[in-house]
Amino acid sequence: MGKLYKFLKYFFITFWAVFVVAPFLWALTTSFKDFNSVNGGATYIPWVDFEPKLEGWRVLIKSPANGGVDIIEPYFNSLFVTCTASLISIVLGTLSAYALSRFTFKAGFVKNNDITFFFISQRIMPPIVLSIPFFLFLGAINLLDSLIGLIVVYIVLLMPIAVWIMVDFFNKVPREIDETALIDGCNPYQAFFKVVLPNSIPGLIVAGMFCIIFGWIDFFFAFILTFTEVQLLPVKIVALNSSITPWWSLSASALVSVAPLIIVAFIVERYLSKGNLSGAIK
Amino acid sequence: MNLVAENLSYKPDEQFHLNEVSFNFEKGNIYTILGRTLSGKTTLLKTIAGLLTPDTGAMKFEDKDFLKVPVWERNIAMVYQQFINYPHLNVFENVAFPLKQRKVDDQLISDEVTKSLKSVGLEGYENRKIQELSGGQQQRVSLARSLVKNAKILLLDEPLVNLDYKLREQLREEFKNIFSQGLSEDSIVVFSTTDPREAMEINGEVIVLDEGKVLQVGSAKEIFENPKTLKVAEISNDPPMNILKASIETNKIKFEEIEVELPNHLSNLKEKNFNLGIRASDIKLSDSGFEFKVELAEISGSETLLHLKRGNSRIIVSIEEVLNFNIHDKVKINFNISKVYAFNENGVLSSSPFGGSYV
Repeated sequence: MGKLYKFLKYFFITFWAVFVVAPFLWALTTSFKDFNSVNGGATYIPWVDFEPKLEGWRVLIKSPANGGVDIIEPYFNSLFVTCTASLISIVLGTLSAYALSRFTFKAGFVKNNDITFFFISQRIMPPIVLSIPFFLFLGAINLLDSLIGLIVVYIVLLMPIAVWIMVDFFNKVPREIDETALIDGCNPYQAFFKVVLPNSIPGLIVAGMFCIIFGWIDFFFAFILTFTEVQLLPVKIVALNSSITPWWSLSASALVSVAPLIIVAFIVERYLSKGNLSGAIK
Repeated sequence: MNLVAENLSYKPDEQFHLNEVSFNFEKGNIYTILGRTLSGKTTLLKTIAGLLTPDTGAMKFEDKDFLKVPVWERNIAMVYQQFINYPHLNVFENVAFPLKQRKVDDQLISDEVTKSLKSVGLEGYENRKIQELSGGQQQRVSLARSLVKNAKILLLDEPLVNLDYKLREQLREEFKNIFSQGLSEDSIVVFSTTDPREAMEINGEVIVLDEGKVLQVGSAKEIFENPKTLKVAEISNDPPMNILKASIETNKIKFEEIEVELPNHLSNLKEKNFNLGIRASDIKLSDSGFEFKVELAEISGSETLLHLKRGNSRIIVSIEEVLNFNIHDKVKINFNISKVYAFNENGVLSSSPFGGSYV
């Protein structure tokens, strides 16, 4: 029984790992191939199956005039938009979440839970429903096809995630800790920054991670709200796919575009395994 | 210069958490708030701390309107029944936190923290993380943090309740030491507890609180000897005082078909029917006594608590030794009739063995 269970466990984990890693492996090998190797059937082992070439990676940094894929500008656009929007969302979201967790709001029948639900409800609607109002709204304030406009839209999309995670997190931090800070001579702001926030770092990291992931991978709004001036990475990658771009450069671009998320995942995993995420509050 | 409260009321929902509470706390004294869970003890302490604002009433301290002073300017200290510390700081930083907040000089902080940790028996633990400490040690850290401030008002909200038996005994001793020597002349200590024995041991002025209302104020001795009402008698005794419906007939007390001699201190009761109160410790097993049926026998430490029944009356007897009883056993008991209390039909003390009466 025990042995069978163990076998099945490792079998499924291995199966799932292969399932997840295989596309990356495929993209990684393809990025080192040239025309002949790509057309020579499925091959995976460099130097044995095919001769690795760096052409796919070289085009990433070449200027478009020299046949480069021109992803550097979209890359930095994406970095800038994602980081700025995530940062603002985390700051605003954390403050809102703290208020929702600690103070009682009442406006007619609207209470704390309704406000929290309002934030989350922004994520319930399918993006297509939001796209038209966003388009008209950004058009009205002249922010279509601009980085600022995208940041505004992404804050709307990411802040609910931050609020949702942080409300839950703050609710688990005993109120008596804030009260003790007040008694020990902190005003409410000092209590928040000196005591509550340092004890909420694990929550902030999780919320930040989700914001960065959801911001980075968004294609839909980046596609709808930009035209010629500004381009974000996901849109650029898809554009590469539909133009005549060699498979190897496309693979290299795709790998570069997921790299930040892999780095984020590793950092968080480190943090998780140090045990800092659990047991911060007794 | 005292902490004076007048008619504090707080009613956030259907029930009163504080109901017209008034008190006058003098500097240099210890006050014990005795009440059961949900009696409003924590609410009262939080109101003194400023964490709650009462709906009505006034509070003055050092001739200032205390209700207008924000929590962080009140110079108070509070220890919670849960062990509340700052999890992101180590023991030293925890205790130093209130002093750092006051921008005290680093050297002085170090001296004061060391002194304070020593007084709660935690020297050598400075660099430990809070999570590495046991419950009792965590509670000592919060005690050290509240002592280090030299606050004018020290609030202790059932500080011993979440500790195990041995630690509780130990820490209670330390509290007594700290109270007897460590406190400055101009601070007020308010200690809340559900345990009457704790209230007696701390031996300050006792305020009996129930459903947000002050039932009686007096020295521990006074509360023990002359509880004003049935409710106070119940709250201030553990196990609660036994109450029996009794009547007086020609120099005899009658209850549950038992007749006993009328003791002197009950001889001039006006009413015929009254509530007879007798402590669990004033009832003894005796072969020549009255027969009761055992409903439950609890052994706690070195004593046995017998829950007995006769007719419609249930009583609890505490016996100073460990004895085994079976349920439905018949036992014979005698009442130490010189120690009985009489409460009138409204529950107010009409006669006590110590001569008190509130009728």
